[in-house]
Amino acid sequence: MSRVLIIAEHDGENLSPATAKTLTGALGLGVSDIDIAVFAADPSGVAEQAAKLEGVTRVLTVQHDDFEHFLAARLAPEIKALAGDYSHVLMPSTTYGKDVLPRAAALIGVNQVSDIQEVIDERTFKRPIYASNAIVTVKVDEGQPVVATIRTASFAAAGEGGSAEIESRDAQAEDPGHTRWIKVEGGEGEGPDLATAPVVVSGGRAMGSSEGFDIIYSLAKKLNAAVGASRAAVDAGYVPNELQVGQTGKIIAPDLYFAIGISGAIQHLTGIKDAGTIVAINKDPEAPIFEVADLGLVGDLFELVPELEKKV
Amino acid sequence: MKILVTLKRVVDYNVRVRVKSDGSGVETDGVKMSINPFDEIALEEALRIKERGEAEEVIVVSIGGDEVQQQLRTGLAMGADRAIQVSADGDVQPLTAARTFLKLVEKEEPGIVFLGKQAIDDDANQTGQMLAALWDRPQATFASKVELADGKATVAREVDAGLETIEVDLPAVLTSDLRLNEPRFVKLPEIMKAKRKPLETLSLEDLDVERAGGITAQAYEPPPQRGGGKMVESVDELVSELKSKGLL
Ligand SMILES: Cc1cc2nc3c(=O)[nH]c(=O)nc-3n(C[C@H](O)[C@H](O)[C@H](O)COP(=O)(O)OP(=O)(O)OC[C@H]3O[C@@H](n4cnc5c(N)ncnc54)[C@H](O)[C@@H]3O)c2cc1C
Ligand SMILES: Cc1cc2nc3c(=O)[nH]c(=O)nc-3n(C[C@H](O)[C@H](O)[C@H](O)COP(=O)(O)OP(=O)(O)OC[C@H]3O[C@@H](n4cnc5c(N)ncnc54)[C@H](O)[C@@H]3O)c2cc1C
Repeated sequence: MSRVLIIAEHDGENLSPATAKTLTGALGLGVSDIDIAVFAADPSGVAEQAAKLEGVTRVLTVQHDDFEHFLAARLAPEIKALAGDYSHVLMPSTTYGKDVLPRAAALIGVNQVSDIQEVIDERTFKRPIYASNAIVTVKVDEGQPVVATIRTASFAAAGEGGSAEIESRDAQAEDPGHTRWIKVEGGEGEGPDLATAPVVVSGGRAMGSSEGFDIIYSLAKKLNAAVGASRAAVDAGYVPNELQVGQTGKIIAPDLYFAIGISGAIQHLTGIKDAGTIVAINKDPEAPIFEVADLGLVGDLFELVPELEKKV
Repeated sequence: MKILVTLKRVVDYNVRVRVKSDGSGVETDGVKMSINPFDEIALEEALRIKERGEAEEVIVVSIGGDEVQQQLRTGLAMGADRAIQVSADGDVQPLTAARTFLKLVEKEEPGIVFLGKQAIDDDANQTGQMLAALWDRPQATFASKVELADGKATVAREVDAGLETIEVDLPAVLTSDLRLNEPRFVKLPEIMKAKRKPLETLSLEDLDVERAGGITAQAYEPPPQRGGGKMVESVDELVSELKSKGLL
């Protein structure tokens, strides 16, 4: 019988929306038994949030002080130990899922399906390749578990209203002792989270400097939007790396996306192809961003953006 | 210490890849092929480590048909000491690649295996993590800064929340992110010199690698096209369009 295990993503206090989106992907499998595992130093709060999600059968908590921070080498054997009871093991394709799940897949002895964007049936999925220039339909052989990451931008978050049972399980593995967590820097940015914000304002190389980015932050604040950036803007040091949108940054699906002074390289477009409405502001009428933008405006961003801020 | 760097031959990142009209794959005939950009960054980092005197030898390895020798020669021209081609036909999925690299690790006993965080063709982002699992050694993925001291690597990793720093004991598997460094350009004399550097060819069978498949591609299709966009003439028009769509 098919049973699905989702490994929850959280920060110790809050369940990440990426988990609720992974659950929506899992619901598409048409499998009635869906469990969520919460590995944490103190799982109780996160487990309660997971139990409220509509469609969850059971929440499994695994408590250990080692799970204060997530290290792939520590977690992968734990996931393998739980996986034996399941036909499917899923994580979101966030940097956390991307780091941890392939390690578990190798221990289980299977290839992983990365970045599922559409579920056809229990074993058949669509996923993007070549920076989303192509979509491949893949099928996982019968008789082996499906280990997969879910492309969160392709699925809405599952709703609340459930009341799953919460059960605790013992940790099975030990700290291999060769990997130590030191620190994480970032996230000091104010405003909504880039990964889930309904409105995102992104700036590119054309902003010219971190000060140049001020007009992006200012417009974003007015619109209650998150700020994003192209790789060129991050490489130049105008904004921190966690703001990068694209093939190697965040893949997002806001209702409204502003690409300001961004040329529209394929690697950037990969990150926004599921956006509702794309607005582009660029001084070059030939910029490729206009081929995908729903609304395009040609002109100097340093004049147009402050004007836009005044008028919205 | 030896550093093993994996180089995958992929369609150049500047090429706009097209799906074949019969949906059987993507068009790769006559298309420019290059080293996966992340792997080039991994190699650059390995070379810098060696140039600082923290490693003695940099070995580049690629799995594939004889055409991958081109990318290995480019790696040698960048400064790698020697190259290994593991010849294999057809589909080499990440677990097969990881098992192959493990065999080479057992042979060469490197202090670091450096891979790209993802190959820009299949975008799987798995192979390094899988190798670390099979080898039972640490992994530091998505590296944007690497420092070595006392048999350990301190690695800053690009994660969704920002920059995470972890410390791993060597030997370890590292995978490169884009901001780790900017790879050097290869100079002509180096290309000539690279022709004389050793390039060994082994096969999956020589290394006794058990292939791992399990995932079959059924069809390829182009992504849905966005389009039907509209150009507006002024900020006022933009604002009224957004209002009419209910977005403001
Ligand atoms: C393996 C790989 C992965 C990559 N991953 C990513 C990724 O995840 N995300 C990403 O974004 N990129 C990624 N890139 C980089 C990508 O190819 C582009 O180089 C990058 O997106 C360009 O950023 P940009 O549009 O800001 O800069 P540019 O291409 O330089 O564009 C700047 C634009 O600003 C316009 N402009 C200039 N001045 C003004 C002005 N005053 N007013 C209005 N417009 C102005 C110009 O007309 C131009 O169109 C990747 C590349 C590789 C090789
Ligand atoms: C069903 C299916 C069928 C396929 N059929 C074919 C086919 O017929 N022919 C074909 O060529 N491909 C085929 N592929 C693609 C091939 O299997 C992928 O390249 C493979 O899945 C590895 O994914 P990746 O390179 O994206 O791995 P990633 O995990 O993204 O790679 C990470 C890093 O691992 C290293 N690496 C991975 N592979 C190699 C390698 N071969 N040599 C050196 N370094 C490497 C590189 O450093 C790379 O940066 C197929 C894939 C699938 C899923």
